[in-house]
Amino acid sequence: MSSDHTHNPGFIRKYVFSVDHKVIGVQYAVTSLIFLFFGFSLMMIMRWQLAYPGDAIPLIGGWLGQYLVDNNGVLLPEGYNALGAMHGTIMVFLGVVPLAVGGFGNYVMPLQIGAPDMAFPRLNMASYWVYVLGGIAMLASFFVPGGAANSGWTSYPPLSVIANVDNAHHFWNGQTIWLLGMVLLITSSLLGSVNFIVTIVHLRVKGLTMFRLPFFVWAQLVTSFLLLLAFPPLEAAGVLQLMDRAFDTSFFMPTGLVVSGVVRDEYAGGGSPLLWQHLFWFLAHPEVYVLILPALGIIGEIIANNTRRPLWGYKTLVYSVVFLGFMSFVVWAHHMFLTGMGTTMSNFFQTTTMIISIPSVVILTAMLLSLWNASIRFNVPMLFALSFLPMFAIGGLTGLPLGLSASDIQLHDTYYVIGHFHYVVAPGTIMALFAGIYFWFPKVTGRKMSTLLGHLHFWPTLLFMNVIFGPMLIIGLRGVSRRLWDQTEYVLGAEVQGWTVMSSWGAWMLGLSQLPFIINFFYSAVAGKKSVENPWKATTLEWAAPSPPPHGNFAEVPVVYRGPYEYSVPGAKEDFQPQHLSDAKLS
Amino acid sequence: MSSELLPHTLEPHPVTGMYNGKFGLWLFLASEVMLFGALFSAYILLRTHGDFPSHEETTLNYKIGALNTFLLITSSVTMVMAWASFKLNEPSKGKLYLWLTVFLSVAFLVIKIKFEYLHKIHHGITPDTSTFYAIYYCMTGLHGLHILGGVIVMLYFLLPGFGLWRKNPEQFTNRIECTGLYWHFVDLVWIFLFPVFYLL
Amino acid sequence: MASSIEEVRKSVRLYLMVFGALGVLTIVTVLASSLNVSVAVGVFVALAIASVKGTLVATYFMHLLGERSTLYWVLILAAFFFLLLILIPVMMHSETVHLIDQVT
Ligand code: HEM
Ligand SMILES: [Cu+2]
Repeated sequence: MSSDHTHNPGFIRKYVFSVDHKVIGVQYAVTSLIFLFFGFSLMMIMRWQLAYPGDAIPLIGGWLGQYLVDNNGVLLPEGYNALGAMHGTIMVFLGVVPLAVGGFGNYVMPLQIGAPDMAFPRLNMASYWVYVLGGIAMLASFFVPGGAANSGWTSYPPLSVIANVDNAHHFWNGQTIWLLGMVLLITSSLLGSVNFIVTIVHLRVKGLTMFRLPFFVWAQLVTSFLLLLAFPPLEAAGVLQLMDRAFDTSFFMPTGLVVSGVVRDEYAGGGSPLLWQHLFWFLAHPEVYVLILPALGIIGEIIANNTRRPLWGYKTLVYSVVFLGFMSFVVWAHHMFLTGMGTTMSNFFQTTTMIISIPSVVILTAMLLSLWNASIRFNVPMLFALSFLPMFAIGGLTGLPLGLSASDIQLHDTYYVIGHFHYVVAPGTIMALFAGIYFWFPKVTGRKMSTLLGHLHFWPTLLFMNVIFGPMLIIGLRGVSRRLWDQTEYVLGAEVQGWTVMSSWGAWMLGLSQLPFIINFFYSAVAGKKSVENPWKATTLEWAAPSPPPHGNFAEVPVVYRGPYEYSVPGAKEDFQPQHLSDAKLS
Repeated sequence: MSSELLPHTLEPHPVTGMYNGKFGLWLFLASEVMLFGALFSAYILLRTHGDFPSHEETTLNYKIGALNTFLLITSSVTMVMAWASFKLNEPSKGKLYLWLTVFLSVAFLVIKIKFEYLHKIHHGITPDTSTFYAIYYCMTGLHGLHILGGVIVMLYFLLPGFGLWRKNPEQFTNRIECTGLYWHFVDLVWIFLFPVFYLL
Repeated sequence: MASSIEEVRKSVRLYLMVFGALGVLTIVTVLASSLNVSVAVGVFVALAIASVKGTLVATYFMHLLGERSTLYWVLILAAFFFLLLILIPVMMHSETVHLIDQVT
């Protein structure tokens, strides 16, 4: 609070325990990119076992340790489960959300509203460090006796409560650490969401009314509300499951549970496994919108900028996003059609699910219409943004059969589900996040990324994303279950093994295709071509600040005169009219 | 960024009518509503779903519960009086009320732990005895942690944090107001916990 | 929002009155629980009294009365989702009934 020590902060205060939203944003972004790559690497290991069941993992098989592989370096079934559970957890909670919200939201949003910082800078720092603690907990769980959590990212009881029983006497086992890690990550998100909402509502500069906010800011606002209100029920459920594990309570343990022929009478019983599913999905459905809304926000910015036209139907987009956010709280049980919840409930939730698809389609359509007849600038961010649209469309459309309780009977828990949601989060969100990185890189570093390397990154990435996830839809339709260590044990799985091999090679090739990006990222940060303040000739406020923006962001507090996307205004001198320049200055 | 430079650190926003801290605190309370909502939901489910002991079988002492309810309600009043005193520029009165609040909440915790938890545990009644005790320990325990958190914050403002009063009384009073909002919410949760566990 | 000195001074008396009401209601709820009524009525009475007490705390101690619509909207949203959570047991109840129907 006191201003005396902010003038000349030392290295630690400036770059490690910084309260500047830009430093924190970069910290979030770099940390989460590392986690993304780590989570992806787990999957590259799993894909070996899937493609060549029972073969030793090449190169690294010997190093993976007794909880993951046997003496010959073959992935154990338990190890496969652990990698799968941790892949899901890490990708969602340590990778995409922190990058989309913690990274992009933190860095870009305050700039776009003309604020000098977030409303609560120290709380912001706390969010980041609590997130790091959660990440360390998750990583550490690989090394405790029994290895990491292996009950899926959904952690369904009773399986998850009795998981790691051999180590039950040992408090620090993987599943328990997973729960503790989740509590930390949830806390971090909560602190962050309070900060975001207050900042967006209170810290907008003069003239920046709600309906002049860039679409990205709206997306972040709705996302923050989802985090604020959907996460606490999972936190509560996490505490309950922790008690089930640590104190043998029976919140989720039914009476008379028998597992593998053994009566589990250490649990008094009387609980319900379904309660967990309800509380989990009460969070986790809104969570998928947390994964997608910031991506939509990024895409909106980039499309407007590179079509040199206003986004088509800005207000419609805003209303759709708000409606989407609200509806995402009323669809959760579409993940539970097969729990015997009865036709009345199924009907209710399939109806809400069909309703929620409407605003998603509206958003996508508005973005497509923005392209219509435009003279598009095909730079690297725009390529990624354009590829997002069909990928997200595939992801969304393949979701419809899952939202109908009848067709879900066949598709539930097959690779079709995996294919569907990965089209949303991997070729979808991840492409959007890449687009955002290429787009805002000059703002953050003052330098541009290489276009050649950008192309070398984009084309193979787009190709291999589809090589990976397309086959999953196919083998899923054939009935292959997800979370299988070896699908060739089943006739129907053996028949489609070819597709699985193809998918695996796609994954490894995707890994290789990230090399140009990694090189580009580091090389351009230190030696890229110097960029000007506003290299893309964009209209929103972040481009009014120097690149990179100094502490406090703007030399003088900007004033906003117009909406966010005034491109190609008829009769204007330039084809873009920045929000902060008055009419007088523009003419 | 020193927060003096941030807009609406002190003066309320013209539209929302709140300063940053107060808005933030209310948002936090909204999330707390969801946290306790999930737990109340779990309670209702366990109670209506099976093997839940009837009220007669449980052994919570409603007199202790009522006494604790009284302590908390009183602490809510002393809390709001503390804020009013600071607002009226009577810091010594404000401090006194704040100390009273701390005292009442510590009394609450001592009674809760010594005469309820430890007493029960002594008689072999632990969270795994039945789903009733599981949810009882869980919800009252979480509530107790909230009380503890509040006490720590109040002690902070009474001891090392009091320097802010001399530097910036308005900001100090605001923080007491936020602490109060939190405190009343914790009281409010107890107002529901009491009948749910002790009377029904 | 009790902001001016005068208003704060006036509200001090109000706080004490609310305090009295909360105390009385606590006694009432304890007494009511000893009445011999059906469980449903008992639950209803206890929750009704708790709700009145909660409302008193929120409106007067937390000054909700003087706040603006932004805050109301946030709280209405939270209250709505809170209700959804509370409905989960009802949903699950309908599911058991459904299963029992199938068995019998
Ligand atoms: C881009 C590269 C990715 C590849 C190759 C990949 C691959 C896979 C595969 C094959 C599975 C199924 C494993 C099984 O059922 O046995 C899976 C599961 C999963 N993935 Fe990914 N994924 C990728 C990215 C992501 C991203 C970006 C996210 C989230 C934002 C994500 C979240 C999940 C989740 C939540 C699961 C379910 C885990 C479970 O079964 O509990 N993945 N992934
Ligand atoms: Cu869903």
